[in-house]
Amino acid sequence: MARPIRIKTRRIGGETELLAMVTHPMDTGRVKNKKTGKLIPAHYIEKFEFAINGKVVASANLGPAVSKNAMVGVKVRGAKAGDTVTVSWNDNKKESGSKSQPIR
Amino acid sequence: MKRRTFLKGAMASSMLAVAAGAGLLRPTEVLASPYPSSAFKTKGIDETLKTLFGTSAHMASSHISMDVPIQAENAAVVPIKISTKMKADTVAILVPNNPATLAASVDLGPTGEGFFQTRIKMGKTSDVVAVIRSNGKLYTTKQKVKVTVGGCGG
Repeated sequence: MARPIRIKTRRIGGETELLAMVTHPMDTGRVKNKKTGKLIPAHYIEKFEFAINGKVVASANLGPAVSKNAMVGVKVRGAKAGDTVTVSWNDNKKESGSKSQPIR
Repeated sequence: MKRRTFLKGAMASSMLAVAAGAGLLRPTEVLASPYPSSAFKTKGIDETLKTLFGTSAHMASSHISMDVPIQAENAAVVPIKISTKMKADTVAILVPNNPATLAASVDLGPTGEGFFQTRIKMGKTSDVVAVIRSNGKLYTTKQKVKVTVGGCGG
């Protein structure tokens, strides 16, 4: 099953706030599994991008220090109600996902 | 319409779609933002800034506001919000006492506001430094965040 992505959009004046969260372990690779004593391998989102109507407006680079269930927020100008926001991500294990929804 | 002409037209438009999908047709403004892997391996502000931006020269600025707690309630989830009215093309979050100094950064296109929000893990008490690149120069602000129980787990 694809990792769930939640997107919230909020327009205030000419500004649109885009906030998204991807369910993801964001494992640093430094934590030991308490039962086996082995290190849990690093598994974290690297690229986390926002696009509006297909054009990338913000491209975030995340490291393992970003908290579990990575949440990223940006603000853009010029977006309108009905425009499509798309959030796309990929991680260090070549997993990826994306979700689109209209800006209210 | 002649069948051959019709088919040629249909093939041409589907090939355009394939080419566009494969990234072979580029829009006029593409936000060039490759993942800066080496910048996520550096320690300390200077080395990290040099690797990420090509320079470690930076200036403290009062025009950047950073919302981060003075004491982390949960060091595995420290919320941080950075905002500035400067025209920013990149915002970065540095935590010098973390195993890797760079926590996250964002490259902004021309419609992006100087704003970045996320949640980070902190291993121990550290300054949290917000870096803004604006018109080729680096501006910073910092806040010490106290950690009682480290948030890196284990």
